[in-house]
Amino acid sequence: MAEKLVHFDEIRNNNLKSFLLFFMFLLLIAALGVGLGLYIGDIIVGMIITVIIGIIYSVIAWYSGANMIMALSHAKPADRKKYPFLVNTVEGLAIAAGLPAPKIYIINDTALNAFATGRDPDHSAIAVTTGLLDKMNREELEGVIGHEMSHIRNYDIRAMMLAAVMVGIVILISDFMLRSFLWGGGKRSSNREGGSGQIILIVIALVLAILAQLIGEMIKLTISRKREYAADAGSAVLTRNPRSLASALKKIAADPDPLVDTANKATAHLFISTPFRKKKGIMVSLFATHPPIEDRIKRLEAM
Amino acid sequence: MVIAWIIVGVVVVVALLIIGLYNALVRLKNQVDNSWAQIDVQLKRRNDLIPNLIETVKGYAKHEKGVLTDVTKARTKMLQAGSIEEKANASNMLSNTLKSLFAVSEAYPDLKANQNFLQLQEELTGTENKISYSRQNYNDMVMRFNTKIELFPNNVFAGMLNFTKRDSFVTPEKEKEVPKVKF
Repeated sequence: MAEKLVHFDEIRNNNLKSFLLFFMFLLLIAALGVGLGLYIGDIIVGMIITVIIGIIYSVIAWYSGANMIMALSHAKPADRKKYPFLVNTVEGLAIAAGLPAPKIYIINDTALNAFATGRDPDHSAIAVTTGLLDKMNREELEGVIGHEMSHIRNYDIRAMMLAAVMVGIVILISDFMLRSFLWGGGKRSSNREGGSGQIILIVIALVLAILAQLIGEMIKLTISRKREYAADAGSAVLTRNPRSLASALKKIAADPDPLVDTANKATAHLFISTPFRKKKGIMVSLFATHPPIEDRIKRLEAM
Repeated sequence: MVIAWIIVGVVVVVALLIIGLYNALVRLKNQVDNSWAQIDVQLKRRNDLIPNLIETVKGYAKHEKGVLTDVTKARTKMLQAGSIEEKANASNMLSNTLKSLFAVSEAYPDLKANQNFLQLQEELTGTENKISYSRQNYNDMVMRFNTKIELFPNNVFAGMLNFTKRDSFVTPEKEKEVPKVKF
């Protein structure tokens, strides 16, 4: 159990979660297909349309998921000349992990944070905030990168990436439907005759309810304390220095403004530390994507 | 008659296990070779960076001939090293001479302000770290491979299949302890 170089059971767990996420996405497609079908008067055509769009989106998400997430987070590729230590550190730790070097990105934000994404270790990427680069010393940065590299090695990134793009699209669709329901629904019901207008409203309401449930379940799948602890442990094994990450986490915990402006519900779980303000009680418990930092620091210092 | 079938069954199962073991060992052995090649890549990179460094430092610190010659000599030894042990020793010596060179450079503010020097210093530090990481990875791969062929019943077949233990890349410095990981 001591120095597990590759966490095979973590990988299996992650691939199971990825499959479940995709399955939920299919349920969503089916629900939307029925809804669209009822709206246009032909359920089968409705479902065919949504299935085709769903497949196209899935293919795009699978191959460009990392790029989508980087674009969402306003991350720019890191210039080797401008950030030589960061690039060398990432490349060095990739060598230690026996992986190809991930692509490296920079997010312009004062918050101290970082994340890794991609569909597998051969197609991975890491992003760090300028705030993190400013505040961390060399050892601490190694600890953080070691944590991200472990996520990549354990295939956490695949499950997390799929979660981000699936949850993202579900939230987008439900927002869109909610808006058109609020603005358009009222008008429609007054123009149409009672029966069919009513049914459509009920269907839309039902679909929205299903969507809200799905979002909740999918987000739950993105959360995994064990995954975070495993990545912390992995960092310690890669750097042979658990204090480096412990020290980094202490600085991150002390950060007065952990909010990464471009983070949202869909990408929150990707970051090394929760990107939402600590004060908002509801946010912290609902979207508690990470185990408490004090606990993580204690475990690292006990190694 | 039944006994004959049972024997056939056992033979088939054992054959499959041996095939599985062979393939697993091939994969692990290739990982060991690959990680060894990675060390060589980084060692070579360091060798390639050094001439430029020496030229840059010469321009500002002509009087530090001793340190510069040490680096050059150590680099030559590195280029000539053949076996794993020779490479390990030569690499450590070269690291030490470079450390001395950078320590001496602290006394020359003009040199420390030189962009080329700073870039080279960063690159060499990065490469030293990568040498360290690639050695670590190599040792990890060797451990995995050696463990697999030492466990029973693999050890019975490993010799027959021509797999032998590999040497780790030992450093004379105090070995850093691998932290105990607990969930």
